[in-house]
Amino acid sequence: MNSRTILINIFRWIALLFVQIFLLRNMAFYNLSTPFIYVLFILVLPFHIPNLLLYVIAFITGLTLDTFYDTLGVHTSACIALAFVRILFISVSLNREAIDEPEPSLGNMGFRWFSLYAVLCIFVHHVVLFFLEAFKFTSLTYTLGRTLLSVVFTLFTVLLVEFIFHNRKSA
Amino acid sequence: MRNLWIFLSRYNAFFFFIIFFTVGIILTIRNNVYQRSVTFSSTNEIVGTAYKRLNVVKRYLNLVQVNDSLAAENAALKTQLLAINAIDSTQVTKVKDTINHQQYTLISAKVFKNSVTLTNNMITINKGIKDGIMKDMAVISPGKGVVGFVQNVSENFATIRPLLNQETAISVVLKKDNAFGSLVWGDDNFDYRKAYVKEIPNHYKVKVGDTIITSGSGGFPRGIEVGRVTNTSVSTGDSFMTLEVTLFNNFSTLQFVYVVKDKFAEEVKSLQTEVKNEQ
Repeated sequence: MNSRTILINIFRWIALLFVQIFLLRNMAFYNLSTPFIYVLFILVLPFHIPNLLLYVIAFITGLTLDTFYDTLGVHTSACIALAFVRILFISVSLNREAIDEPEPSLGNMGFRWFSLYAVLCIFVHHVVLFFLEAFKFTSLTYTLGRTLLSVVFTLFTVLLVEFIFHNRKSA
Repeated sequence: MRNLWIFLSRYNAFFFFIIFFTVGIILTIRNNVYQRSVTFSSTNEIVGTAYKRLNVVKRYLNLVQVNDSLAAENAALKTQLLAINAIDSTQVTKVKDTINHQQYTLISAKVFKNSVTLTNNMITINKGIKDGIMKDMAVISPGKGVVGFVQNVSENFATIRPLLNQETAISVVLKKDNAFGSLVWGDDNFDYRKAYVKEIPNHYKVKVGDTIITSGSGGFPRGIEVGRVTNTSVSTGDSFMTLEVTLFNNFSTLQFVYVVKDKFAEEVKSLQTEVKNEQ
C-alpha cells in the first residue's frame, strides 16, 4: 500500500462523507428511500487491506456519520456488518493470491461482479441500519420496504459515481 | 493453544466482526434514548409479566373481600347522593330535621341467580328480612338503570321481579318534558337490552336519543336514568305513543344490585289504601 493509495482514499473519504452529510442527508423520497453513498468508500478500499484495519476504518467511518446523524452506534454497527460481508464475499468469489487489481472498483472488476458485490453489501448494511433504527419487529413490512427502496437508491448512486470515475480513468 | 490461535486467526474476520458489532450495538443502546427505552422496557416487560401472573392469583384469592368492601362503600356513597337529591325545597320547617331528609337508603346485595331468556324472569339475591328488605321495595342496578321490585322475602334471601317480567311496570318520565309513562317489557320483545315505554300521550314530541328517567313514584327515587329512546314510531293504534328504549344496564351481567329502602313507603301505602277504602 503506497502513499498514493492512502491519499486517494483519504480524499475519497472526505468527499463522500461531505456529500453524504451535507447533501444526501436532506434527501429522501417520501421518507421511504434514502441514499447512503458513503458506503462506496468501504466498498472500494484496497483488496490487500488487513481485516483489523478494515474494521477500524469502517468503525471510524460509521462513528463520523453517527455524530452528524445524531444516531450514535447505528451507522457504526451497519458499517461493521458491511465490512464483514465485504470480507466474506471477496474470499468466496475471488482467489485472494491471484488478485492483481488494486481495489474492487467497477472499472477493475467488471459490471457483473461489482454490481452483485455492491447489492449484497448495501443490502446487509441497510438491513442492519434500518432495523437498528426501528429497533423492533412490529412494523416489519414498513422497515423492510424502507430498506429495499433505499437499497435501490443507494445502488443507483453508487453505480453512477463508479461510472463517472471509471470513465475519467480510462479517458 | 497453538491450534486455538490458528483457529482464531483463520476466522479473524468473524471474530473481529463480533467484537466490533457488539461495540456498535452497545453504543447504540447506551446513547440513543429511544433504543435504550425499548431495550429496558422489553426486559422490564419480561419481569413485569412474571409478576403480573403472580398477582392475578393473589388478586383472585382476595376477590371476595374486595368485592364486599366495594359494594358496601358504593351503598354508602349512593345513600349520601340520594340524600342530597331528595331534599324537599318546598317544605319550610323551622326545625332543621336532618333525619327526614334521608328518604332513601340503599342496601347492597349480591345476585345469586339470574335469568334473561325467559318470558318471566326472576332474580334471587343474598339479603332478606334480616337485612331490612321488605316486599315491593324498588331495586336499582349499580351505575345507571333500574332492576325491578322485591317479590318475596325470606329470612336471608329475597327474590326480585325484574323489569324483564311481564308483570313488572315501572313509572318513568321523559327527562326533558316530564311526560309520564310506564316502562314495560314483554309483548313480542324478548331482548333483554330493550324495553317499551307506554302510555305517553301523543302530543309530546319525542326524539330518538331522549333519556328516560324514573318518575319518583312507586318506590324508585326520582331521576335514575333508565335508558335512551331508540325508536319513536312503534304503532299501537291507540291514542298513546309507545317508545322503544335501549336500557342503560345490562341484565345479563348483573352481579350486584341495590335495594332501595324508602322511609315513607309505609306511610304512602296506608294513605293510598285509605283512599281506596273510602271509594
